[in-house]
Amino acid sequence: MGIKILTKDIDVPGIQNFQVYRSYGGYNSVEKALRMTPDEVVEEVKKSGLRGRGGAGFPTGMKWSFIDKKSGKPRHLVCNADESEPGTFKDRYLMSKNPHILIEGMITSSFALGANLSYIYVRGELMYVVNILQRAIDEAYANGFLGKNILGSGYDLELHVTCGAGAYICGEETALIESLEGKRGNPRIKPPFPAISGVWSNPTVVNNVESIAAVPYIVNNGGEEYAKIGIGKSTGTKLISASGHINKPGVYEIEMGVTVEEFIYSEEYCGGIWKGRKLKAVVAGGSSVPILPANLILKLANGEPRLMSYESLSDGGFATGTMLGSGGFIVFDETASIVHNLWNFERFYHHESCGQCSPCREGTGWVEKILHKFLDGHATMEDIDLVADVAKKIEGNTICPLGDAAAWPVASAIKHFRPEFEWYVTNPEEACKPGAYYTGDKLVLA
Amino acid sequence: MLDNNIQFSPEALNLVNKYIAKFPEGKQKSAVIAVLHLAQAELGGWLKPEIMDYVASLLNIKPIEVYEVATFYSQYYMKPVGKYVIEVCHTGPCWLRGADELIAYFENKLGIKKGQTTPDGMFTLKGVECLAACGTAPVFQCGMDYYENMDNEKVDFFLDKCRQENKVSRPYPVMN
Ligand SMILES: Cc1cc2nc3c(=O)[nH]c(=O)nc-3n(C[C@H](O)[C@H](O)[C@H](O)COP(=O)(O)O)c2cc1C
Ligand code: SF4
Ligand code: FES
Repeated sequence: MGIKILTKDIDVPGIQNFQVYRSYGGYNSVEKALRMTPDEVVEEVKKSGLRGRGGAGFPTGMKWSFIDKKSGKPRHLVCNADESEPGTFKDRYLMSKNPHILIEGMITSSFALGANLSYIYVRGELMYVVNILQRAIDEAYANGFLGKNILGSGYDLELHVTCGAGAYICGEETALIESLEGKRGNPRIKPPFPAISGVWSNPTVVNNVESIAAVPYIVNNGGEEYAKIGIGKSTGTKLISASGHINKPGVYEIEMGVTVEEFIYSEEYCGGIWKGRKLKAVVAGGSSVPILPANLILKLANGEPRLMSYESLSDGGFATGTMLGSGGFIVFDETASIVHNLWNFERFYHHESCGQCSPCREGTGWVEKILHKFLDGHATMEDIDLVADVAKKIEGNTICPLGDAAAWPVASAIKHFRPEFEWYVTNPEEACKPGAYYTGDKLVLA
Repeated sequence: MLDNNIQFSPEALNLVNKYIAKFPEGKQKSAVIAVLHLAQAELGGWLKPEIMDYVASLLNIKPIEVYEVATFYSQYYMKPVGKYVIEVCHTGPCWLRGADELIAYFENKLGIKKGQTTPDGMFTLKGVECLAACGTAPVFQCGMDYYENMDNEKVDFFLDKCRQENKVSRPYPVMN
């Protein structure tokens, strides 16, 4: 069993209640941080090497050091609990089972940033989680960990939980800020970055739930201790949401550096491919990252095993690699249709495009339409290159990265699974039959 | 136009004030998302224009500011829907584990297609995008609750429960 930081106490009965959480050492990091200076807390987070768990992997301590302290404007910490990337369900798991770890992290992190008013923004579908967090916040207020003059330190913090109402794009940090202001979730043009001008034009840091929940451990044990866990620049543990054709779907806290093979096949994690089938492909970091066939997800180009870490998963670039992303690990067995799945994902991006940029708004629609021709049995060979071309024209030409997120799955699916697309063109009757699946000789299974 | 027949209960108004109190003075517009959820829950299950106007008046913002928001987010209903809106996740990971079959079962049981409402106004069946529950697929949401690892038997049980309960079910932030 690897080390557990975020999920260590998650199954303790009653851990949702303040007293139980506290009796397991909960809120110690607040006491400790309040005896330090805010900059000292930032320094520990820098030393920890913690990287943002929301998808981009940006170093958290560095992001914190960008916050504008000179303007004298109020500062805010906003927790991104929008969790909507297909394949990702770790934040929901953590918040619903152990809400206080997030509240504790919010207090310690807000102190480090000098924020006196902070928010947790939860996607509207997770209203029951909003209500769980509200209870936890109320308890923290009642016990003197929130409000004025926390534990007599002179530090004040107001913390609130707010909700969205159904929109993937509100996970993008500037769209989230717009939504928090009570507007449509249209991403803003950057710069200015939120660290300079965020919520109500005030300096703002937006961090993922899992990033913030890691802070108490870092403060309690020191950044150096945290940095000893994991591998290279992928320090610490990571929550992986495992779904699809595996025996044991669920959320697993792994130490960074576990091999992909162990993660998929060991009993401790996914427990292998279901129904005794073979592995065909994996989307390792949420729907937005490139899909890889079995051989490439298990091994690097040099034949070494691929690891669950930022560096190893992206080894090979977009030619033979992918990304850790949000840790949404989706597994496809030999019967899964890559073409159908891609159409499904592109319907998602089309539906979720906020509509501000033409390449994204129109392009995702065309990609979805062209892909549907394959499923209808009407696609031509030219359509394969056409859909790749449309996707390529979205990439890099939009306000926010949703455009790229829609384009990458297309490019990778065609690159690695072109014969399957061709099969839909040459054998439509066979390919479109319910239950049929591609068994071509170029298919790599594991 | 304000319709005087549209009014929150005193309890709901109390909640509205709590939502507003989460934001600094003058930033009450931020509460619009939560208030619209509450409006759907309390005032008939969908957002007719008169309800949006009422919400605008409560928050002291222009009606257009409410319409803009209401039409952007997928959880707000701009047309009448059933007392129970069954929102079945149809995104990739759920599709891999039987979302299409789950939707077909609902369609069959309710005699409607995805996107439609039963003639008695009880149920609307909707396909939605990833609900952050892919590890317990297939899943659907209804009101405040998630229904995970679904199979036909659990669907039957759920539908019976709704028919017995027979009231509008919508999520909104509960505060003590
Ligand atoms: C389309 C889109 C959706 C996103 N969704 C989420 C999300 O649901 N949760 C999240 O934490 N970050 C999401 N992000 C990343 C955020 O913009 C931001 O980078 C992140 O919240 C920063 O936190 P971190 O540094 O702790 O990772 C999304 C980004 C994009 C472009
Ligand atoms: S890329 Fe798409 S989602 Fe992002 S701002 Fe442009 S239209 Fe909106
Ligand atoms: S795909 Fe259905 S909950 Fe994520």
